[in-house]
Amino acid sequence: MPGLFTVDFTTALIFGAVTAGIPLLLAGLGEQISEKAGVLNIGIEGMMLFGAYTGFLVAFKTDSIWLGFLGGAGGGMLVALLMAIFCVWLGMNQIVIGIALTLGAEGLTALLHHFQFSRTYPRLGAIDSLPLPVISDIPVFGRALFDRHPLVYLSILLVFAMAWLFRNTYVGLNLQAAGDKPAALDAAGVDVYLTRSCAVLATGALAGIGGAYLANVGAGLFLPFMTNGAGFIGLVLAMLARGHPVWVLFGAALFGASLALTTALQVAGLNIPTDVVQMLPFAMVMLVLVIFARHSYLPPALGLPYVRGER
Amino acid sequence: MAMTGQDRAVVPAVAVEGITKHFPGVLANDDISLTFNPGEIHVLLGENGAGKSTLIAILAGMQQPDAGRIRLAEKTVRLTSPRESLAHGIGTVFQHVLLVPSLTVIENLMLGGPWRRRLDRASALARFGELSRILAVSLDPDALVGRLSLGEQQQVEIIRALWQGGRVLILDEPTSMLTPAGVRELGQVMRRLRDQGVAIIFITHKLKEAYEFGDRISVLRLGRTVGEITKARLAAMSEQQATDEVIHLMFGPSATGQTVDAETMAHEGQRRRRATAVDRGQSPFLTVHGLSTTAQPGESALRDVTFEVWPGEILGIAGVDGNGQKQLAEALAGQRPAASGVVALRNTQITHLNVAARRRLGLRYITDERVGEGIVATHSLATNLVLKEIGRAPFWWRGITRWDNIHAHAREKIATHDIRTPSEHTPIGRLSGGNIQKALLARELSTQTGVVIFNKPTYGLDLHNIRTARAAILRGAKAGLATILISTELDELVELCDRIGVMYQGRLSGIVENVEGAEIQIGLMMTGAAAA
Repeated sequence: MPGLFTVDFTTALIFGAVTAGIPLLLAGLGEQISEKAGVLNIGIEGMMLFGAYTGFLVAFKTDSIWLGFLGGAGGGMLVALLMAIFCVWLGMNQIVIGIALTLGAEGLTALLHHFQFSRTYPRLGAIDSLPLPVISDIPVFGRALFDRHPLVYLSILLVFAMAWLFRNTYVGLNLQAAGDKPAALDAAGVDVYLTRSCAVLATGALAGIGGAYLANVGAGLFLPFMTNGAGFIGLVLAMLARGHPVWVLFGAALFGASLALTTALQVAGLNIPTDVVQMLPFAMVMLVLVIFARHSYLPPALGLPYVRGER
Repeated sequence: MAMTGQDRAVVPAVAVEGITKHFPGVLANDDISLTFNPGEIHVLLGENGAGKSTLIAILAGMQQPDAGRIRLAEKTVRLTSPRESLAHGIGTVFQHVLLVPSLTVIENLMLGGPWRRRLDRASALARFGELSRILAVSLDPDALVGRLSLGEQQQVEIIRALWQGGRVLILDEPTSMLTPAGVRELGQVMRRLRDQGVAIIFITHKLKEAYEFGDRISVLRLGRTVGEITKARLAAMSEQQATDEVIHLMFGPSATGQTVDAETMAHEGQRRRRATAVDRGQSPFLTVHGLSTTAQPGESALRDVTFEVWPGEILGIAGVDGNGQKQLAEALAGQRPAASGVVALRNTQITHLNVAARRRLGLRYITDERVGEGIVATHSLATNLVLKEIGRAPFWWRGITRWDNIHAHAREKIATHDIRTPSEHTPIGRLSGGNIQKALLARELSTQTGVVIFNKPTYGLDLHNIRTARAAILRGAKAGLATILISTELDELVELCDRIGVMYQGRLSGIVENVEGAEIQIGLMMTGAAAA
C-alpha cells in the first residue's frame, strides 16, 4: 500500500491521532494523580463518560465550548466525590466501587440522554481552532498539530506542569507519601484522607474534561457509552508511566495514533474486514502490556484504604 | 507518688492528668497521671499491654483520651491530630519506622510543609544542619531513606521529631532494632538533647537501659501507673537496688526472684551461658558450603556462606537487620533458589529440593514474619496448625478434609504447647503475638524434625513469651535438633548459643565460640570493623 500515505492521508492520520489522544492523555494524567496518592481509580471510565455527558449538555445549552469543559470537569468530579466518600473516607474496596461507578455512569448517562433527546443525537456547531503563528504553516504537521483547539495546547502544557509539580512542591511530596507510606504522611501531620480525596477529585476533573473533549470536539455530539474504554486505556497509561507525566504523553500519542489508524484504514477502503481493523487499538494495548508491564511501578499502598493506627 | 521539694520547683514540659482510654474489651489507660520535666530522661517501663503505647498515641495526637487532660507548660491543650502535637513541640519516634522509603532524607523532613508553597530546600537544609550538629550525627540529606540502615533511619526520625521546636521527644522502644554500638550512640544523642533542655520520654522493657539512660523511672501495669522512682532516689540507687524495686513494681509485691518473669527481668543483661555438650566428633547434621543467591532489587545477596551445624547444637547468626539473614533462612528453607553452593542434610544433597521435600527430610523454618508469612490470619487455629500438611493423612483422606482429626490434633497441641485461645476454631489472627508464635512452634517442632531455623523468634514478644520461646529452643536442642538461631538481640544469642556467626553484607564474616567476652568480637564484626 505505498500509495496510501499521501500528504492528505498523513495529515488526516496525525490530526486524528491528536483528536483521539487528548482524552487518553487527560485520563492518564488524572489517573496518575490518584495512583500516586494510593487510590486505584477504576471509576475513571465512569468519570469520563459522565463528564462527556455533562460537558456536552452544558455546551449544548449555553453554546459555549469552554463552559462545556467546565461542565465536564464538574460531572467528572461528581462521580469522583462518590469514589472519595466510599473508598477514601469509608475505606471500602476500590475495585468494587470503581466498577460500580463505571457501570452506574454508563446506565445513568444513557437514561438521561434518552429522556432528554429521545432517539435524536443533536450536534454542536463547528469548533474554532487557534492556529499558532508560523509553525501552523509547516506542511502536514502544521495543520495536524498546531491548528487545533486551545485545549490541546493546554493539555500538553499540563504534562510539564504536573512533572514540575511532582518534583518541586509539597503537594508532590504529599501525594507520593500518601501512596508509598500513608502512615508516615499522617505522622508528619498531613491529613491522608484529605490528600487522597483531593487527588481523586483532581482525577475526576481531568477525566471529565477528557470526556467533554471527546464529546464536544472529537465527535460534536454525545452518544451513550461513547468513551468505549478510553478511561481504562488511561488507567493502563498511568500504570506504565511509573509516575512520570511525560510517559503518559508518549503513551497517549501511541494509542491515539492506533485509534486514528483504525478510522483511516476503514476510510481508505482496504480489503481487510472492519472487525479486524477495529481490534487494532486493543491489540496495541496487549502488545504494550506484554512488552512493558514488567516495568510498571505501583506505589506499595496502592488500593489499600488507610486506617489510622493500623499497620 | 511522693514528690520531693526539688521536683516541685520545676515547671513540667508536659503533664498528663487522669488519662483514661477504653478500647472494646480493654481498659488500656486507667486514670494515668504523670509529669515529664524538661532536661530529664523519663523512662516508662511496662510489659506488653501495660498501656505504654496507648499513652504515647494520645500524646502524639493519634488517639483521643476518653477522660483526663494534657497540660503543656501548665496550659491545658487538646491534641486532636499529629499535626497539633508536632506544632506544640511534641515529637514522637515510633517503634516502626514511619518514613517514606522512596523519598530522600531531606524530602522526608520537608513532608508536612505548607502545601501552597514551593519546596523550601534551602531553609530545610539549614535546619537539618543545625539539628545534625546538636545530635552530632552525619547523614547525607540526599540519600534515599530506603537505602539507610535502621539506626540511620532512626536518626532521621529523631531529627524530624525535633523539627518544630522539640520540647518533648518520645522514643518508643528505640533500641529494639539497634546494634550495641547503635544503642550507645542513641544514648549519647539522648543525653545531648537532655542537656539542651528537652524532656525525653523513653519507653523500653530492658531494665539495663532504663537504669543506664534514665533520670527517672515510671512503671505501668495493666493500664495504671504503679510506681515511680524519682530522680533523687534513682541517683542514689545501685543498679541492683533499682532492678529489685522495678521488678517489685512490675510484677506485684514479693515477686522478686519468685516468678519466671521476674527472674528473666532480673537476669537480663547478666549473661547466663549454657553449658554446651555438643559432640563435634560425629558428622554434622547440616552442611552449607559456598552458598550464594542472586541479588533482588533493594537487598543484599547471600555471598559464599559456609558453615556446619551438629545435632544438639545451637548456632547463632548475629548481625544488623538486612545483612542477608532473611536470604540465608529462605535459601536454607528452599523458599529462595541458590545461585551456587551446596546445602546437605546428613549425606543428602538438598540444594535443589523444594520446600515440601526439605520439610519431609526434617528441615523446619520458623519465619520472623509471623503474621504475613507464617499463618493465614483469617483461618482457624486448627487449620493453621495443619497448614503444611494439606492433603496428607490423617487430616485428609483422598482429597476430603477430615475435620474431626484436624480439630483433635489442634486440641492436643493447644494443651501441650499452652496456646491461650478461646477455642481451636478461633481465627488465628485474633490471638496475641506470643500465642501465634506458640502455634508456629507447635506446628514446626514435631518428632520428625532434624534441623530447625529460627528467624528472630522473640521479636515483638513480651517477657513471658520470650521466656517460653527461648525455653522451647533450648528443649529442642537438648532433644538433639540442629538449630540455627537468627537474631538481632545479642543478649539472646549469648544466652542460648554454642557458637555465634555474624552476617555482614551477605557474608558470614566468621563464627566464634560463645565464650566469655565473645560479644565484643561479635559487636565489631556486626559493623564490619573486624573479621574472625
